[in-house]
Amino acid sequence: MSEDGHPAPILTAHRAGLLGCRSCGRVWPQDRQTCDRCGADLVPPDRRGLQKVWAWWAAGLIMYVPANLFPMMRTQTFAGLQGSSEATILQGVVELMHYGNYDIAIIVFVASVVVPVAKFLAIAWLAMVAGRPATVEQAHTRLKIYEVVEFIGRWSMIDVFVVAILSALVQLGFVASIHPGPAAVSFALSVAFTMLSAQSFDPRLIWRGLPLRSRTATEGQD
Amino acid sequence: MDARDRIDLTTGRGLMACPRCDALHVEEELQPGETARCIRCGGVLAKPRGGAFTQLIALSFTSMVLMMGAVFFPFLEISRMGFGNATSLFGVGMAFADGVLLPLVLAVMVMIVGLPVLRAFLLVYTLTPLAQGRAPYRHAARAFRWSELMRPWSMAEIFVIGTAVALIKVAGLATVHLGPAFWAFCALILVNVASRGFMCQTTIWDAIEDAGLPTDGREMVEGRNG
Ligand SMILES: [Zn+2]
Repeated sequence: MSEDGHPAPILTAHRAGLLGCRSCGRVWPQDRQTCDRCGADLVPPDRRGLQKVWAWWAAGLIMYVPANLFPMMRTQTFAGLQGSSEATILQGVVELMHYGNYDIAIIVFVASVVVPVAKFLAIAWLAMVAGRPATVEQAHTRLKIYEVVEFIGRWSMIDVFVVAILSALVQLGFVASIHPGPAAVSFALSVAFTMLSAQSFDPRLIWRGLPLRSRTATEGQD
Repeated sequence: MDARDRIDLTTGRGLMACPRCDALHVEEELQPGETARCIRCGGVLAKPRGGAFTQLIALSFTSMVLMMGAVFFPFLEISRMGFGNATSLFGVGMAFADGVLLPLVLAVMVMIVGLPVLRAFLLVYTLTPLAQGRAPYRHAARAFRWSELMRPWSMAEIFVIGTAVALIKVAGLATVHLGPAFWAFCALILVNVASRGFMCQTTIWDAIEDAGLPTDGREMVEGRNG
């Protein structure tokens, strides 16, 4: 698409004194506030934008604590005569394994424990090293991690949907009923906040301060 | 056909910056089927497909119709010891309309029904005039930008996986049958996957611009589409 296929040094919009629109790619002079083509706000790629990332990150982490401590749902059978049970996220996973549903247990465990924790770590790491000098290979790795975080974060909502479906459909009243616990709400908020945190991260920061040559002389063009 | 004459490094005319790594590229018209990748990070910049607008419109209509079915037809039927309960998503929403959990139910309904329908509508709104070669409707750029902002928040496919997990969890408590709405949701996922294959944001932005949405007049200089 550019540079006629020659392995010329890469020019970034920032280096050229220009500002690229993150929404549509259009390039504008640096003093522009909004993109005339798509209407999005133009944001320069600097570390100030990381404050927003950290703010959402902290909010997500705070909500993740009650999400694990409180019950995700409460199951009642025979109007409490047979007893009711409350289960946190981890207890739910253990229960599934107890009944032999190992594959589902793994899905729930990955979606509600492994993915959120990995996501907190990944975003924190990306935000900490953003804008710091790196090699081209490191930058590619970081971009890959960012893309994975961005793609996978929403899948953590699975457990919230499970609770919503269960409590909504098992309205058998006096036979059995399932009610969402407080953790369902705080878990949903935690996922939403971390999604916002990942979205606030500007991947262009990964590439700041990198040598402006393409990775190899031959690749880069389709 | 010298690109150098069309670009302007002081105003950014004729240039495109990679949204992932900020590398500048010279805008060029691509043929359907070609893929433009960023020379720095390798991300896809543009990947136009022939007839994509018409396909996207058709797929958006399909998904709206399917979503209607998914909302009003029975979703799951559950029975235990003779007591049965068949319910649609709409019925579920109504059942919770006065509870303390209303915000949660509302948020879930927005993510699995509201946003997918709204996105389909916005896409049709943006693309219909473009596919017919007419000037875009008012606020077409804003409509398309919002539809792209909503993309990560529309979670119909995650909801289907959640349903599968819920079915297994409830299997010990009661017997569950899948209703037609569940299959409508599954079909929706396929429609979304197909739609994603035809979607090329860069092409749509260029089309909106070229079709004469009032910008700063630069689209006249570039002289696309004749
Ligand atoms: Zn823009």
